[in-house]
Amino acid sequence: LVQFTIPIDNGDALKNAEADSQRTLYPYVTGTSIVAIKYKDGVLMASDMGGSYGSTLRYKNIERVKAIGKHSLLGASGEISDFQEILRYLDELVLNDNMWDDGNSLGPKEVHNYLTRVMYNRRNKFNPLWNTLVLGGVKNGESYLGMVSMIGVSFEDNHVATGFGNHLARPILRDEWRADLSFEDGVKLLEKCMRVLLYRDRSAINKLQIAKITEEGVTVSQPYSLKTFWEFQAFHNPTAGAQGSW
Amino acid sequence: MDLNLDAPHSMGTTIIGVTYNGGVVLGADSRTSTGMYVANRASDKITQLTDNVYVCRSGSAADSQVVSDYVRYFLHQHTIQLGQPATVKVSANLIRMLAYNNKNMLQTGLIVGGWDKYEGGKIYGIPLGGTVVEQPFAIGGSGSSYLYGFFDQAWKENMTKEEAEQLVVKAVSLAIARDGASGGVVRTVIINSEGVTRNFYPGDKLQLWHEELEPQNSLLDILNAASPEPMAM
Repeated sequence: LVQFTIPIDNGDALKNAEADSQRTLYPYVTGTSIVAIKYKDGVLMASDMGGSYGSTLRYKNIERVKAIGKHSLLGASGEISDFQEILRYLDELVLNDNMWDDGNSLGPKEVHNYLTRVMYNRRNKFNPLWNTLVLGGVKNGESYLGMVSMIGVSFEDNHVATGFGNHLARPILRDEWRADLSFEDGVKLLEKCMRVLLYRDRSAINKLQIAKITEEGVTVSQPYSLKTFWEFQAFHNPTAGAQGSW
Repeated sequence: MDLNLDAPHSMGTTIIGVTYNGGVVLGADSRTSTGMYVANRASDKITQLTDNVYVCRSGSAADSQVVSDYVRYFLHQHTIQLGQPATVKVSANLIRMLAYNNKNMLQTGLIVGGWDKYEGGKIYGIPLGGTVVEQPFAIGGSGSSYLYGFFDQAWKENMTKEEAEQLVVKAVSLAIARDGASGGVVRTVIINSEGVTRNFYPGDKLQLWHEELEPQNSLLDILNAASPEPMAM
């Protein structure tokens, strides 16, 4: 378990009211990268189904992409319990929105804005929700894709990724993304990114879901695994010329 | 060698919850330690919340006890108000509420298991931090590190009650063999539509593992059973 703050011992949190005021915390059960792109008909979002507990790959069936209302998709990396809490907040938001019964419904822009406020305000209290969130959606023909980090940094883009995805997936997307990607090409592009993450991210597992959102609505794929390639000549006998090296 | 008798009571522990075709089987070891000393060698870590829902406790003994006490209290009132037995899901969510909102202060990992008429047998894992994960089986506690590989290989869907209980007993016993913080007896609780059954498996009723020997009363028995000059060079 990694500590993200220098511990200040204010004593026992049960007896001393400010004992845990030096919050910031650390995450326990975490999800790794989310990768998402806008495409011709809407937004595609990919994530694996892993929940890591430190270095242990403890949970292998966690859904880290969820539908929000009719028009949005929320993907989360980071602490899963905080993601579950955010889903509860959003449930309440959607419920109250429906109770107005005025035919209006929350679009992705509004949900993204709400989440940005929540994340930033928690950051200001030194008690962040330990997540990086990806919000994608389509409303009235317009596609939307944005993200918010645990410190409240918020922006929109044509393609986004969290965690390791920032370093491994985004360069691929910068090269190969186009606005008129078909569904098939979009899925292949995301799978290319997810495969690289599988090779190079220790906390990635080979079980993923790809979610699609269009004007018609949300579809989350069934869990599936990607084939990997190991048959490079250079992999067969890498130390033949230099015994003891790697 | 410092026994550190002032260390907080911690249940090193191995806890397991498994669903089967008709209900759930919960299992646990029975060791509670204070530093290096075994404070209680026959603890009961499978605690009742309602008639049909039980919880396996691990981590800090105090934290897990107080959380389960609160939830038992809330569930009691909930059952009166509802007019029928509480569901396993509600029990798990109440635990989650306490675990998540007090994540700074608590150090306890729990496995909630039970049977209700709506969903049948269900297991919910609630690790540190307050995440809730519904699973066909769950393992927890320090001893569980040694069981990930075992369950990856041995777990099967739709087991019978007997198969499920045997799997749980075997697993806890294997964990006890390798985890210093787990030990004592294996306790199981089986919950299904018919009710609740508690079982108890002391060490001598369990299978022997690698490098473990058949327990004897005394060396003298071995010497007497062997040939006349067993101690000769």
